[in-house]
Amino acid sequence: MTFHITVDGREIPVVPGQTVGAALHAAGVRSWRTTRFGGRPRGLFCGIGVCFDCLISVNGRPPERACLLEAEPGDEVTTA
Amino acid sequence: MSDVIVVGAGVVGAACAYYAARAGLDVTVVDRGPVAGGTTGSGEGNILVSDKEPGPELELAVLSNGLWRTLAEHGGFEFEAKGGLVVAETDEIQRQLTDLAAEQGVEHVTVGGAELRDYEPHLAGDLAGGVLYPQDAQVQPMLAAAALLRHGAESFGHGTLRLRLGVTVTGFVRSGDRVTGVRTSQGEILGDAVVNAAGTWGGEIAALAGVELPVLPRRGFILVTEPLREPLIRHKVYTAAYVTNVASDSAGLETSAVIEGTPAGTVLIGASRERVGFDRTTSVPVLSRLAAQAVALFPALREVRAIRSYCGFRPYCPDHLPVIGADPRVPGLYHACGHEGAGIGLAPATGHLLAQLLTGERPDVDLRPFRPERFSEEAA
Amino acid sequence: MTQDLTYDLVVVGGGPAGVAGALTAALAGLRVTLLDSGARLGGQYFRHAAVPRREPGLDRFLRQVRELGARADVLTRHQVWNVSREPDGDVTVHAHTRDASGERPVTLRARRLLIATGAHDRPLPFPGWDLPGVLTAGGAQALLKGGNVLAGRRVVVSGTGPFLLPVATGLAGAGARVLGVYEAGGGLGLARHPLLALGKAAETAGYAAALVRHRVPYRPRHAVVAAHGEREVEAVTVARLDADWNVLTTSIVACDTVAVGYGFVPQIELGTQLGCDTRAEPDGSVVLAVDAAQRTSVPGVWAAGEPTGVAGWAQAEVEGRIAGRAVVADARPQAVRGSDGVLLRRRSRGRAFGAALHEAYPVRPGWQGWLRDDTLVCRCEEVPLARVREAQELGATDARSVKLLARPGMGWCQGRICGYAVSCLAGEPPAPPRRPIAQPVTLGALSEAAPPDAGSQDDPAH
Repeated sequence: MTFHITVDGREIPVVPGQTVGAALHAAGVRSWRTTRFGGRPRGLFCGIGVCFDCLISVNGRPPERACLLEAEPGDEVTTA
Repeated sequence: MSDVIVVGAGVVGAACAYYAARAGLDVTVVDRGPVAGGTTGSGEGNILVSDKEPGPELELAVLSNGLWRTLAEHGGFEFEAKGGLVVAETDEIQRQLTDLAAEQGVEHVTVGGAELRDYEPHLAGDLAGGVLYPQDAQVQPMLAAAALLRHGAESFGHGTLRLRLGVTVTGFVRSGDRVTGVRTSQGEILGDAVVNAAGTWGGEIAALAGVELPVLPRRGFILVTEPLREPLIRHKVYTAAYVTNVASDSAGLETSAVIEGTPAGTVLIGASRERVGFDRTTSVPVLSRLAAQAVALFPALREVRAIRSYCGFRPYCPDHLPVIGADPRVPGLYHACGHEGAGIGLAPATGHLLAQLLTGERPDVDLRPFRPERFSEEAA
Repeated sequence: MTQDLTYDLVVVGGGPAGVAGALTAALAGLRVTLLDSGARLGGQYFRHAAVPRREPGLDRFLRQVRELGARADVLTRHQVWNVSREPDGDVTVHAHTRDASGERPVTLRARRLLIATGAHDRPLPFPGWDLPGVLTAGGAQALLKGGNVLAGRRVVVSGTGPFLLPVATGLAGAGARVLGVYEAGGGLGLARHPLLALGKAAETAGYAAALVRHRVPYRPRHAVVAAHGEREVEAVTVARLDADWNVLTTSIVACDTVAVGYGFVPQIELGTQLGCDTRAEPDGSVVLAVDAAQRTSVPGVWAAGEPTGVAGWAQAEVEGRIAGRAVVADARPQAVRGSDGVLLRRRSRGRAFGAALHEAYPVRPGWQGWLRDDTLVCRCEEVPLARVREAQELGATDARSVKLLARPGMGWCQGRICGYAVSCLAGEPPAPPRRPIAQPVTLGALSEAAPPDAGSQDDPAH
């Protein structure tokens, strides 16, 4: 039923249909980037694609909104 | 009662007010909106010598470039001496660029096609060369205007500089022929001289005084990308077509990529020029063309996202020169407007020269090419 | 790529309003396409996991979605970034979608457009609101509905409005320990909750019973006024407020998650791109003005659901159906059967409900006193309150010039999150949004977005 994605090399479980953001949050990873001026941690905030706090790079692509992006088996996520 | 009333709190009005106050005059600045709410707030903050043909505007630009550097020392805004790199698609254009640079007589470095990437590592590989202008620079224009007003108000013991925002000028107060103040939405403001620094709306202010000043809007869009972690673009980079487009008399759409990074991490992509009045409707074809030209110059921008765009209205005159000086048709009225896309760059020189006029000094630059009455002379 | 056909109707937004509108038009035989940014239709209310939980109205909605799928083109994962009107009156819809080869533009042409883009939470800033673990109420709800994920273990819910109740009971029902619902407004408590006066007694009683069952305290005239923690939220300051939301007394509550929301912001930028008239709601939000048939001021453009006034999912569906019928009447007058009578009556009841909610849950100005100089107002550009105040001292007399001088609202979200707060700080009602690019679009996709014939009259020298 579940599959895995990796976050900085660590495996976390995903229920099919979950977004990358939901999977990370469920695994206790609540921030995955830092802001460019203050270096402040950021994760989910609005959860529906409006605030862009949750930007994340998946499989080396340019950052996308983790709350909109459905996780796929084998996705590799890097946090900053 | 002020010595001088400046109409317009954009960057040109701010510079006029600053230099007039520095010269010991009492100044009142009025604007119907906030500080820098018009064209100043819709621009990129260019301070360019590279895009000027040899002649009076280049002379202004060179003077202004030095003045900006001094003004920035007071703080409140940053003078980014990033340099401008004009690039050529073909050997023929490169030859023209090199010739132009020689005529301009400003500091420049000719860059061969093979060396372009030493200056801009992400430039497309098929360019013939370019010319680097180290003096080209950028300021955040709203901050710069606000800082000039603030500094002018705080620094000069003899003059005072007052700011009246949200006050709309509705007419002029006269004593005989002479202008002795302005009527506004909040009553009369009296002064010995009135400076029309209303930018794109300068023609309307002039009309209130009963004189014609052909300042018209030329719309431009700017695309803004997402903020990048690492700067991708070091200089202000544009193609040779920009220079010809600035001087063009076409009413139709012209675009030529002008691309640069900002301290906020975003990349700004201009510049389009159209004469469509004050129409703010976004044109996707224009944005699309700007994007295509940017990607052609910097292929790495292909995957970078545009997050917003905005438009502004450059105040242009038929001969593409600003209007600076006393209006002989209306004693007491001075103009400082019509700088088209170069208002940020030319603002300090404009303010400095106008202050010289106001205090009866001989201006450092011959102002005849900028005289307000030149258009009616041509018509006559 | 530009597609070689003109739709009778393009619908943007796959929530209850958009789906109902699209289905109504498709059932009458119109060529319809519906675009939505999500992977599944549903919007914020019917957001559901791949295996959905039970939810009032969800079965009905999923039936509508199935019917729509058989009769119309449904494009999920499509972000609409601009709509513009062509000289012949058609609407060009610029979207993009991502596939294995990257982001590609999708350009559609339609005779008519239905804007059903919903709303998002309206947050207010407070010290620490950008700590991970502080979410919008809608964000906490989306995690639960869309991913079956609990936002946290020990959760504080705060803000104003009836939406806090389903969020709190939803979290508690799913196993979170909800430490309190802090409702900044309404000095009366649940027994006198404004929902009761609005004929929602059963609903209110249900929430009240659920809160009691899960031992969740409900505290009117209280709010979270600060969040504390190093890398994540570890505790909040809860304040007792006066009627203007000034802080009276405070206490600290340890928690790992905060869900906050102060009403909603309707997403109307596609309408303002087209020049549609707007109006202000009593709660300060700006919505699209529509007539009895959900028609905006721009010919060929309809709007339904929250963009015309926040009033909940049932109202959104009714408005979508009315808009759909009006679209059909416009395209195929002979295909319209019956009258809108019942729908119109339901809509006026719903509108009255929405308006009463706006009146019952105003945002009071005291929240500005919760901020410190270093409190971020804009999360994207990291603009603290002090910089906003500096800009005002420099001559920024309105929200737009504050933005130009201090950069709040200049970043990724384009002021969607901080726009309301910045307007309040600037002392003016929120202005209609100006967002010509409603969603980020790669320069590559943008460069290919325009139809080949559009654009230049005269090409520059090169």
